[in-house]
Amino acid sequence: MSADIHIAPTTDPAKLWRIASRVAGLAVVAALVMLLGGVGLPPLWSRIILLVGLVALAAVLLRGKYAKFFSGPSAYVATACLLLLIVLAIFATELSPQNPYDLRQLDIMDGRQPPGSTNFDRTLTFHLGTDEQGRDILSGILYGLRVSLSVSIAATLIAMLIGVVVGIYAAWAGGRIEAILMRIVDFQLSFPSILVALMLMAAFGRGLDKIVIALIIVQWAYYARTVRGTALSETRKEYIDAARGLGLPAWRIVFGHLLPNCIPPLIVISTVQVANTIVLESSLSFLGVGVPITQPSLGLLIANGYGYMLSGQYWMSMYPGVALLAIVAAINMVGDRLRDTLNPRLTR
Amino acid sequence: MSVLDIRDLQTHFFTDDGVVKAVDGVSFSLDAGEVLGLVGESGSGKSVTGFSILRLVDPPGRVVGGEILFHGQDLAQLSNREMRSLRGNRIAMIFQDPMMTLNPVLRIETQMVEAVRAHERISHAAARDRAITTLAKVGIPSAAERLAAYPHQFSGGMRQRVAIAIALLNGPELIVADEPTTALDVTIQSQILAEVQELARETGTALIWITHDLAVVAGLADKISVMYAGRIVESGPTDQVLAAPQHPYTAGLLGSIPGHGRRGERLTQIPGMAPSMSRLPVGCAFAPRCDLASEICRSTAPMVTETGAGQGYRCHHPNAAQKVAT
Repeated sequence: MSADIHIAPTTDPAKLWRIASRVAGLAVVAALVMLLGGVGLPPLWSRIILLVGLVALAAVLLRGKYAKFFSGPSAYVATACLLLLIVLAIFATELSPQNPYDLRQLDIMDGRQPPGSTNFDRTLTFHLGTDEQGRDILSGILYGLRVSLSVSIAATLIAMLIGVVVGIYAAWAGGRIEAILMRIVDFQLSFPSILVALMLMAAFGRGLDKIVIALIIVQWAYYARTVRGTALSETRKEYIDAARGLGLPAWRIVFGHLLPNCIPPLIVISTVQVANTIVLESSLSFLGVGVPITQPSLGLLIANGYGYMLSGQYWMSMYPGVALLAIVAAINMVGDRLRDTLNPRLTR
Repeated sequence: MSVLDIRDLQTHFFTDDGVVKAVDGVSFSLDAGEVLGLVGESGSGKSVTGFSILRLVDPPGRVVGGEILFHGQDLAQLSNREMRSLRGNRIAMIFQDPMMTLNPVLRIETQMVEAVRAHERISHAAARDRAITTLAKVGIPSAAERLAAYPHQFSGGMRQRVAIAIALLNGPELIVADEPTTALDVTIQSQILAEVQELARETGTALIWITHDLAVVAGLADKISVMYAGRIVESGPTDQVLAAPQHPYTAGLLGSIPGHGRRGERLTQIPGMAPSMSRLPVGCAFAPRCDLASEICRSTAPMVTETGAGQGYRCHHPNAAQKVAT
């Protein structure tokens, strides 16, 4: 029995990766807390930490599989595109020529200017034109990207959390509990999500927190169903019997042994689901029940310019639309690559 | 008092096709330091017997009758919490497939430390130390470094050693080993058998070794119980059962093993297949495959004939059985 692996205690790569992932995760959480709470480091530093942390997390996720992930030009383009859009969203405050939320910076006289025009005293060039209130479309897109992305990611993460707990509990408990939970999931999934979200938003009213809640309610069922499927097949495996044979308490088996084995399909559907959530949020905003008018997302920007489309002032709707298209396409392509890379079932 | 005393254990599975009596009246007992070989072909109920002892039988299966006395205490009477504190602590189980019994996404250290700390309030470092000593005991070199590895970084034999180490962690009084060497190649198998035997002797652990391979138990077990269709058809001290099998099934199993002094001879075979457990014949379950079967075998199931302490057989024609083997 010769040792077929060599692990030096100090430079054990697996251990370094583990530490890296923990540090990155902590950095992301800390940066978000500082940004949302307005405490600690100046926002610019928090944003840099956030970006670096996110990139590091992605690197940990793909460790040892870069060659497989970047196996074609589409992967490079999609990753570059997604990274660019994320950078733009995170640093929207620093990059955009104008703060579209600050009414003092807006001049109604600059309204509906075509792309490339300047403002009255020539201090500001509107590269993508302005909307009816003289708001720079480029700045609007950058801020809108931030709103769209953060709303969708927050909603996806929380929906995933709820869905995972429900799904894994259903699979573990079985019997009547499983039947009841899964019928609720079926019931939920039988409604078109846009319809449910519309009804919820009509009941809640506008607001960022409210749209996040509505998106969670619409989405958790997807995760519950996926996780239950994976967990059911994993529960039958012998390592679960072995864990029971060790006398571990049930919650430990479920969250310590079962859950980690259900993660890879979750990562894949959550990336694709973020794209779907962005589209859904934009649709709701377009229909006028989404984000508040003071914090425009991409959908709301499209809706604002929609009325002027036929009069030839295309830029108000089209450029936010292009941005929406780019982010959704980039996320979907990266998600596809992730699925091919992380899903062990496709490699066999 | 014996470590384990099983009396008339019955585990049935209530399926849509009817009740499957996977274990139907199994009795045996085991003293400290003793090794029992539970032998039988696939589907004879030997694994279910093992699972029943740890109360790990999943629905639709259920232990419907009999007693499982562990140090005189009936395990069926224990609450789930009490049972859980026994599992992995005083009664451990080793599973069949070493590729599957270790959680693929957790490091060995996590799994071993967890197994210790589930039963004892000790520090992570102390649990880790015990894991290292146990790994070294089952013959894993540079155990401290191996703790950081994932199961897929081990070979099959090493993984089974890890699984055995996990079973040994808390110094159990009884180990149920469910075909732990079946998935391994023969050299590794003999190494592990020798190590397990030594460990059992050293620590006085009682061991139930479930297998379909008589050759394995021949060198390992103190006594043998042969199972067929959910029942023990013959049991007794290993040398006596192997030297003078009373039941034609045991004789048939023995005759099918290639061995010394039989070069050039044909191996005997047992004709037919193991019966479907949901449609057992009225009389002796082995009758349709038995050369010696007569009218009484097809109409009446044979009762246990005791020939000594913990020694007996279920057959109407015991004396004729040895002729089959020779």
